[in-house]
Amino acid sequence: MDIVVIVQILDSTLRLATPLLFACLAGLISERAGVFDIGLEGKMLVAAFMAAAISFVSGNVWIGVAGAVTASVMLSLVHGLAAITFRGNQLISGVAINFLAAGITVVVAQNWFRQGGRTPSLSGDARMPRLTLPFADALRDVPLIGPLYSGILSGHALLVYVAFLCVPLTWYMLFRTRFGLRLRAVGENPAAVDTSGVSVTALRYGAVAICGVLCGLAGAYLSTGLSAGFVKDMTAGRGFIALAAMIFAKWRPWPALWAVLLFGLLEAVANRFQNIEILGLTLPVQAMQALPYILTVVILAGFVGKAIPPRAGGQAYVKEH
Amino acid sequence: MTSFKTMLGAASTLALMASMAQADPALMYDLGGKFDKSFNEAAHNGAERWKAESGGNYRDIEVTAEAQRVQFARRLAEAGADPVVVLGFANAPTLEEVAPDFPDTSFVLIDMVVDLPNVRSVVFSEHEGSYLVGMLAAMASETGTISFVGGMEIPLIANFACGYAQGAKAVNPDINVIVNYTGSTPAAWNDPVRGGEIAQAQFSQGSDIVFAAAGGTGLGVLQAAADAGLKSIGVDSNQNYLHPGSVLTSMLKLVDQAVYDAFNDGAGLETGIVVMDLAAGGVGYALDEHNADLISDQMQEAVEAAKAAIIAGEVTVHDYRTDSTCPAF
Repeated sequence: MDIVVIVQILDSTLRLATPLLFACLAGLISERAGVFDIGLEGKMLVAAFMAAAISFVSGNVWIGVAGAVTASVMLSLVHGLAAITFRGNQLISGVAINFLAAGITVVVAQNWFRQGGRTPSLSGDARMPRLTLPFADALRDVPLIGPLYSGILSGHALLVYVAFLCVPLTWYMLFRTRFGLRLRAVGENPAAVDTSGVSVTALRYGAVAICGVLCGLAGAYLSTGLSAGFVKDMTAGRGFIALAAMIFAKWRPWPALWAVLLFGLLEAVANRFQNIEILGLTLPVQAMQALPYILTVVILAGFVGKAIPPRAGGQAYVKEH
Repeated sequence: MTSFKTMLGAASTLALMASMAQADPALMYDLGGKFDKSFNEAAHNGAERWKAESGGNYRDIEVTAEAQRVQFARRLAEAGADPVVVLGFANAPTLEEVAPDFPDTSFVLIDMVVDLPNVRSVVFSEHEGSYLVGMLAAMASETGTISFVGGMEIPLIANFACGYAQGAKAVNPDINVIVNYTGSTPAAWNDPVRGGEIAQAQFSQGSDIVFAAAGGTGLGVLQAAADAGLKSIGVDSNQNYLHPGSVLTSMLKLVDQAVYDAFNDGAGLETGIVVMDLAAGGVGYALDEHNADLISDQMQEAVEAAKAAIIAGEVTVHDYRTDSTCPAF
């Protein structure tokens, strides 16, 4: 395997891991606050659609991103309303959001653009520009550092770097700030937070809103950064893979980064090598493409040790009288 | 809830019946949707052409989930549509189940063969059309490596790949043809992100021309080629206009003609197997103002010569579906 192949695979890994990373951190923050969210997929899908639609209409991708984040946060608040205020079942609310998103994106797109539930192809400023990092061109021919820096790290859309920056930010917020401490506490023992005079409801809504912002960025990157336009169901299960990565990482930001990179790498490898020969045995393409899912099952079966969710996760908080 | 659903179903069936007093033809699209800019859209265009020319009316319906196939086909037949044109290889089992229940209705299946007395099966010689675009790709390639992105790995799509490779190797026996598939579930027809990534992986292996036969996924492939400044080949409909100057040509499959013919023949049409090959004008390659600069006269001459030779029977392009092997690999 030569260096060109490795560079291409790692480059592809970064791109494929980005939407997973956003969604994974989104789920992590929400669940740390005790609100389970399996509606990541739906929020990403709506965001992907809004980003593509608004970018196309306005001709500016950043307005599209703002629209995507707004739409995703609105859906998050619907989830919050059902799960926090009305104490509904959080899983059912999440499933409902997924169904709603799958249907509404296609219906609105069809009525808006009349192209059978897709948006027109984006071009020019309606697409996310790719950034060339400083000195990338100068360093290109330097051995080792050149391919690593210019080939892999440079040349991605801004949101890729934002996603990776979100990992330390999330870690800092959760483990070094007062808000983070309270957020974690509200997911473990909301009654204790309540007795100390802090609003459980406000904290949980805050977490759900942050989750919405991150899902919005994930969706926007899918439709304006990775591809050029929205097609129906384009998230293709990435929201669920992100959930698996979150459990794999046991609800911690840094392990979440490694988990999504692993899933991204597997997908990139499956795209690059469709038939792998191992010890004279040819692995068919189907086996390669099933690998992320097999890994998910293995992980969820407890292979990585016990993954303990936040203790109050999934439960609505009822104040004692 | 259940009774509500039944009422809804009954109401929609009634509405269907009311709109079809006489035997109007009907068209059932496959997954991917009416406006996929490819296979289904070609069928839609054929139906619209018939409507404009004959002044008649037709009914159409889009399948959005596997479970709807039998239900929708049955509903169209029950509503009195004749003929019922059903698109896509995946609907062969649908017609095997529905057609015997409506012996007086004619059905048309496009892309697959069902052996029933009231079914016309239209199959295209994709290998012949792909052979021609394979030749063009090999002549246009500067790197000596070309590639193919398929949707699911099924015999129909493998037949595209096989014809493509045969055509390319007829021009340049040493050419390297990379063949990749998007996935093994129907989601593979609608994942432009993965399509684009696969195309980029192929480019990094030296490919400079990519042929996409993958429905909506193909849009991502064409986009990736345009972004990389390389060339792509579209499929089914003429996709040259999507990225002028980057789409080398499109492998045409005249699904519109098949639908138009079926609608024209009307109720009681002749059944059996109809093969739409090069000789019948059922497949071909697209040449228009968007790719005129990409195809030189010399290339066009070579392809036209090959086309004549195939029609005359001097050159035989192997059909992958006959024995599931490909001589070019």
